[in-house]
Amino acid sequence: MRILLQLFFAFIQVGLFSVGGGYAAIPLIQNQIVDIHGLMTLPEFTDLITIAEMTPGPISINSATFVGMRLAGIPGVLLCTLGCILPSFCICLALAHFYYKYRSFSGVQTVLSALRPAVVALIASAGLSILLLAIAPSGLAQSALADIHWVEVLVFLGALYLLRKRHPSAIAVIFGSGVVGTAAYALLGVL
Amino acid sequence: MKTEQNKLKTLWQLFVATFLLSAFTFGGGFVIVSLMKKKFVEELGWLEEDEMLDITAIAQSSPGPIPINASVILGYRMCGIVGSLVAILGTALPPMIIISVISVFYTQFRTNRIIATALQVMRAGVAAVICDVVINLAQKVVQTRRALYILLMAAAFVGKVILGLDAMVVILCCLVVGLIDLAYEQKCKTRKELS
Repeated sequence: MRILLQLFFAFIQVGLFSVGGGYAAIPLIQNQIVDIHGLMTLPEFTDLITIAEMTPGPISINSATFVGMRLAGIPGVLLCTLGCILPSFCICLALAHFYYKYRSFSGVQTVLSALRPAVVALIASAGLSILLLAIAPSGLAQSALADIHWVEVLVFLGALYLLRKRHPSAIAVIFGSGVVGTAAYALLGVL
Repeated sequence: MKTEQNKLKTLWQLFVATFLLSAFTFGGGFVIVSLMKKKFVEELGWLEEDEMLDITAIAQSSPGPIPINASVILGYRMCGIVGSLVAILGTALPPMIIISVISVFYTQFRTNRIIATALQVMRAGVAAVICDVVINLAQKVVQTRRALYILLMAAAFVGKVILGLDAMVVILCCLVVGLIDLAYEQKCKTRKELS
């Protein structure tokens, strides 16, 4: 019972203080779980981050679930995730309310219009880093031409071509990429 | 007025859409946000493009996981607080299920080569979806034909990718530019009224 409460309050703090997404949450989770409460060792925590990044979904929810499951089973999963989400829910609900109340004002529109190009650029930068991670996982600086993953390059170009021409759904494209790419590696005899 | 049945249908669609997006999205918050843009703006036609960008800016600037923040706002827009709760559930459930299972078998999972390969190649697919979304969005910014906006987009990209600035810093800088633009607009307006 005590550990459940500890976890819940630890993750409320993670949810409340991690501004800027998943990677901002990692040091906070480490601080709470490894340093303050000593609930996990550092190697265990490193494994956790690897898995949280390998699997789909928001990194902080992944970490909350992993920590909860390892330390307190299903009730741990529920409380850690709840703690992680609760601050977001309250704050964003208030912000959403104000946004929809005032968004039609022309002054608000002027300010928001300056933010939109920046958001486009931020999305582009996220796309670029995930593309680099896909085609050159060892990092661009050290990787020679031989280290480029050509299967991923071809999958990327093929998927992009399909998206521009046929407009398939995003899920279909991502799932299809996984199937086609894995089959390609199997045919090449790498698997 | 929406009938009760329509509302239930919307809630169900919202749940399915957020659940699937969350189940297939790797990487940080902006990844899922660009997938949400494709789903909710292009496929379902529920939101305007500008609205999705505003939601992204708010989600990025608030504490907590970006996908959860975006779901709260999106759900609220569609069906009020109930919508928020449904969207959160859809976004949080897939990672909770997947990780709970994996945490039990995690050494086997980490060393399985087929899983590792599939996950690696799926990243290329995710990158293609983001690229597609970015092309559409950037076209819209260029179509405004306002040098300020095109410049802001280029500067934000350089700031994030080359200078390595934090996303939060980029958004705050643009917020300041937007406020200056607003002040300038007001000044021009009063001058016009005077003359």
